[in-house]
Amino acid sequence: MSAPVNGPRQYRTAARRVRGLGSARTGTSHFIVQRVTSVALLVLSCAFIVMVVALIGRNHAAVVQILGSPLVAILMLLFIGASIYHMWIGMQEIIIDYVHDDAPKFAALLANTFFCVLTAVACTFAILKLSFGV
Amino acid sequence: MAETSTPRLKPRPLSPHLQIYRLTLTMAMSIVHRITGAALYFGILLVAWWLLAAASGPNAYAVFESFIGSLIGRLTLFGYTWTLIHHGLGGLRHLIWDMGHGFEEKEREMLTLATLIGSIGLTIVLWGGGYLAMGGAR
Repeated sequence: MSAPVNGPRQYRTAARRVRGLGSARTGTSHFIVQRVTSVALLVLSCAFIVMVVALIGRNHAAVVQILGSPLVAILMLLFIGASIYHMWIGMQEIIIDYVHDDAPKFAALLANTFFCVLTAVACTFAILKLSFGV
Repeated sequence: MAETSTPRLKPRPLSPHLQIYRLTLTMAMSIVHRITGAALYFGILLVAWWLLAAASGPNAYAVFESFIGSLIGRLTLFGYTWTLIHHGLGGLRHLIWDMGHGFEEKEREMLTLATLIGSIGLTIVLWGGGYLAMGGAR
C-alpha cells in the first residue's frame, strides 16, 4: 500500500488505538466491590447509627468501655473498613467523571488514596487501642 | 502513547447534556446520591475525630464533646445521620435496579420518592426516639 500523505495513522480508528490501553481493565472488580460493600454497609450503618445514638452524650469512661468491647469494636472495624473502601472507589469515580486534565486528575486520585488510607489507619488504630488498652 | 489531540475531520454531534433536560425527580435524586456520597466521604473525619478522641483520653474527648454538644455540632450530626440514611436508601434503590426490577415509570418514581420520604422520616424518628429515650435534650 502506498504511504498516504498524512502518514498511516489516519487509517487507524480511534478504537484500534485505545484497545488494550484503557484505564478500565479492572473496572469490573470496582463495580462489584462497590456493590458488595454497599450490601454490607446497609447492615453495618444500622449498627453504627445505633452505637452513635447509644454513646453520644455518655462520659468518656463509658464510651471507652463500650467502644472497646469485642462486639462493638468488631462492628466498628467492619463499618470503617467497608465505608472507606466504598468511599475510595466512589470518590475515584467522581474524580474521573469531572477532572479531565492529567495533572490535576492524578493529583486528585493520589489525594483520594492518601485520604482513605490515612483515615482507615487512624480509625483502626483508635478502635484497637480502645480494645487492647494502653 | 495516549494522544488526545488527533485532529477531527469534521465536528461530530454531541449528546445533549444536563441543562438540556427537564429536571425530573429520578435525576435530582441521582445527583443528591452523589452529593451525599461526597459529603459522607468528608464526614468520616468526624467519625475519626470521635474515635481518636476517645482513644486519646478524657481531655481530648471533652473537646469533641463540647463540639458535638453545641448547636453546630448537633446540626452536623443531624445532617450526617440524614445523609447516611439517604445514601443508604438510595443505594438500596440502586441495588433493586441492578437486579433489573423497578424500571417502570410508576415504579421508579415511587422508589425514588420512597427514598426521600423514608430518609427524612427515619431521621426524624431516630432523633425523636433518641431524645425521648434520653429524657430530652442534655
